[in-house]
Amino acid sequence: MTGTDQLANPALYRRRARRNRLAVALAYAATAFGVGWIAVILAVLLYKGIGGLSLAVFTEMTPPPGAAGGLLNAIAGSAVMTLLAVLIGTPVGVLAGTYLSEFGKHDRVSAIVRFVNDILLSAPSVVVGLFVYEIMVAPMGHFSGYAGAVALAVIVIPVVVRTTEDMLNLVPDTMREAAASIGLPRSHMIVHIAYRAARAGIVTGILLAVARVSGETAPLLFTALNNQFWSMNMNGPMPSLPVVIFQFALSPFAEWQKLAWTGALIITVTVLGLSVLARSLTHRR
Amino acid sequence: MASRGAIPILRQYGRRTLTQSLADPASIPGAPAPTDRRTARLNRLRAGDALFRRMTRAAALGVLLLLGGVIVSLLVGSTPAFLAFGPGFVTAEVWNPVTDQFGALAPIHGTLVTSAIAMLIAVPIGIMIAFFLTELCPMALRRPIGMAIELLAGVPSIIYGIWGLFVFAPFLQKYVQPLIIATFENVPLLSDLFAGPPYGIGVLTAGLILAIMVLPFVTAISRDVFDSVPPVMKEAAYGLGCTRWEVFRSVILPYTRVGVIGGVMLGLGRALGETMAVTFVIGNAHRISASVLAPGTTISASIANEFTEAVGDIYTSSLIALGLILFAITFAVLSAARLMLARLDRGKS
Repeated sequence: MTGTDQLANPALYRRRARRNRLAVALAYAATAFGVGWIAVILAVLLYKGIGGLSLAVFTEMTPPPGAAGGLLNAIAGSAVMTLLAVLIGTPVGVLAGTYLSEFGKHDRVSAIVRFVNDILLSAPSVVVGLFVYEIMVAPMGHFSGYAGAVALAVIVIPVVVRTTEDMLNLVPDTMREAAASIGLPRSHMIVHIAYRAARAGIVTGILLAVARVSGETAPLLFTALNNQFWSMNMNGPMPSLPVVIFQFALSPFAEWQKLAWTGALIITVTVLGLSVLARSLTHRR
Repeated sequence: MASRGAIPILRQYGRRTLTQSLADPASIPGAPAPTDRRTARLNRLRAGDALFRRMTRAAALGVLLLLGGVIVSLLVGSTPAFLAFGPGFVTAEVWNPVTDQFGALAPIHGTLVTSAIAMLIAVPIGIMIAFFLTELCPMALRRPIGMAIELLAGVPSIIYGIWGLFVFAPFLQKYVQPLIIATFENVPLLSDLFAGPPYGIGVLTAGLILAIMVLPFVTAISRDVFDSVPPVMKEAAYGLGCTRWEVFRSVILPYTRVGVIGGVMLGLGRALGETMAVTFVIGNAHRISASVLAPGTTISASIANEFTEAVGDIYTSSLIALGLILFAITFAVLSAARLMLARLDRGKS
């Protein structure tokens, strides 16, 4: 389109300008729509949840219907299962990520593992729950905290694999070559040089994984089930914050629903705090 | 060749690592005679290296094993249901725990319809947000707005559920759905699609919440691929006098089409498998309605709602069979997404 055309055809020029203004307006509206939702959700959570926030929430057990109580056993159960899941998932994830980045960067096995890992990364979590039910709950004959932790570990692993590989890939090869040139064995080079250089990134991956699993409900429903009482017995049903929220929110009792909102606020603040922390770790570098 | 003196070691040892060569110094021409202590120590290092390598490889293969385990356990678990109902399981609408008759059609239908609603809304809006973030947004606001959108992806799905049930669904029931029903009352086809009464919960509500949940995924990938367009192409278009919209529509979008579709499929994979948010608001009715305002169910919602209460092998097995179908669908969608995004990466490098 040349200038003379525009002058010769002002109607076309105006139409193009109008269409552009419309599109830009729509883009602004779409962004306002997206940002608006997160604002609305957080505002509602604060409004509904903050009223129930008291010391009792962190010091008392989940109550029977109609009574007052807290969420202590649920929070403790979530914390224990998340911790165990991270303890299982992190070594496996970091080692697998190491293989993808350091040893088998270009071999065929790595290509397949990478692909499968990406699938696992976004596989439906309810299916993970079914998987662990089949391999642990059904053979053992009862629900257990161990099964819940394993289900969460299955979700932790792909996240850690992915971030570990990405972060190790960012370590410059010159550092590896320098290590090799002074005769460091490869395993020492990886552990003492590459891991150290990528430490912030790997920690970010683990934090993101914790953030991801602390809100997960579906895989716990039929692995750890729930427990209304204080339980540190990993071999029996265990309560967790998301499952308690699920149960309480769908109940007809006002006290339970109120506790569910408070629990929802706690989970959201934890999860969003963790992911913001994780991001700030890598962005500072 | 000038470097000839340095190369023979490499040539001689081929794929062996430097450490392996060092651990056996006798094999290096001109190396000093090894002492026993040094040989033992280097051997230890070499063994440690091999062990470490094997451990990482085992972990990587463990990831493969995980996927294999999921597939095998679902296949084994769903066998009784498929033996009892045959392939007709997929096309039967009946779901009756009392008579032990099960069919997957209603949950499959619900899964596909809710995901379709979600994508219809999330794709255009997500792409427009990415357009805003890459082309229109002032630099200083890019990080905060981008992060706000990403926070939507960080909110756990159970939060969307409780919010949807107590806030969003009543709002829709009171204000939006009566309006929709009244508007389309006398329009053929659409009057069936939006037939009342306004329950609040239902297929449409689930689809809308899913749309909000997949929005950040579509936005994030679109933004990444839009950022990958070489500035010189955009500048050339601007230089010709194109408007921002024309640059986006005729330069950026065609250049990044494959990546955007990959991102959309990734979002679709999420929507198909999303569980808790949908479980709260869909109403859990095993039936297929023409109206999107009616309660329905999805595969994941059926499993989450009924699995722990399922009595009898056939009931449990039918639910696991639903899980297998869900996994097969998401596997196909996610594979397609990954292959498209991988093709893009190869094309770039």
